[in-house]
Amino acid sequence: PPTPSSIPSKLTINFVLPYQSEISNKEVCALRPSPADLSESRLEFWQMGVLPGHVATIAELKPGLLSVHEGSEVTKYFVSSGFAFVHANSITDIVAVEAVPVDHIDPSLVQKGLADFTQKLNSATTDFEKAEAQIGIDVHSALNAALSG
Amino acid sequence: MASTAAAVPFWRAAGMTYISYSNICASLVRGCLKEPHRSEAVAREKVHFTVSKWADGKPEKPSVRSDSPEE
Repeated sequence: PPTPSSIPSKLTINFVLPYQSEISNKEVCALRPSPADLSESRLEFWQMGVLPGHVATIAELKPGLLSVHEGSEVTKYFVSSGFAFVHANSITDIVAVEAVPVDHIDPSLVQKGLADFTQKLNSATTDFEKAEAQIGIDVHSALNAALSG
Repeated sequence: MASTAAAVPFWRAAGMTYISYSNICASLVRGCLKEPHRSEAVAREKVHFTVSKWADGKPEKPSVRSDSPEE
């Protein structure tokens, strides 16, 4: 896509899952006149922030939190894994296999899963089993952190 | 993140593909949901497909498989 000559004031996001289009063509964040406000127009992937004018990027998303900031409203999703593409004209596409709003997550199941997989890692023999257990631990820790963060 | 330029993620080093990794992550997340979202999500994971072996250029009788998510 062509790079516009000036940085757009809003980020347009498309957020899709295999079974539904979660957000399509939403213009996120009007630029408020107050200059001290850094928190507008932000799409945060767990350790990365995207504002309008971000350099074109392809990012693999790890299991974690995705927060969409629209003015003062923030919608938080937990993404199981996926990719984010930021294009030069500040259109951002996010694709994920599963993404749930954070309040759909059950904390007791997360704790139980974490304990189960920690134990599986200890008892795992093959590399593959160890990898699966490690994935379990990573995902559940990320879920845990998303619930508290 | 990685120390060498060709570092691989741990799951790939163990022989798993990205798609397996992604599917495992997704089913773990689905397993941590509150009801009723959980039953909706589990219904999404069901896979229904038929497999036919081919011999001499002709398909043999197909076998219908239905996989529900593991664990």
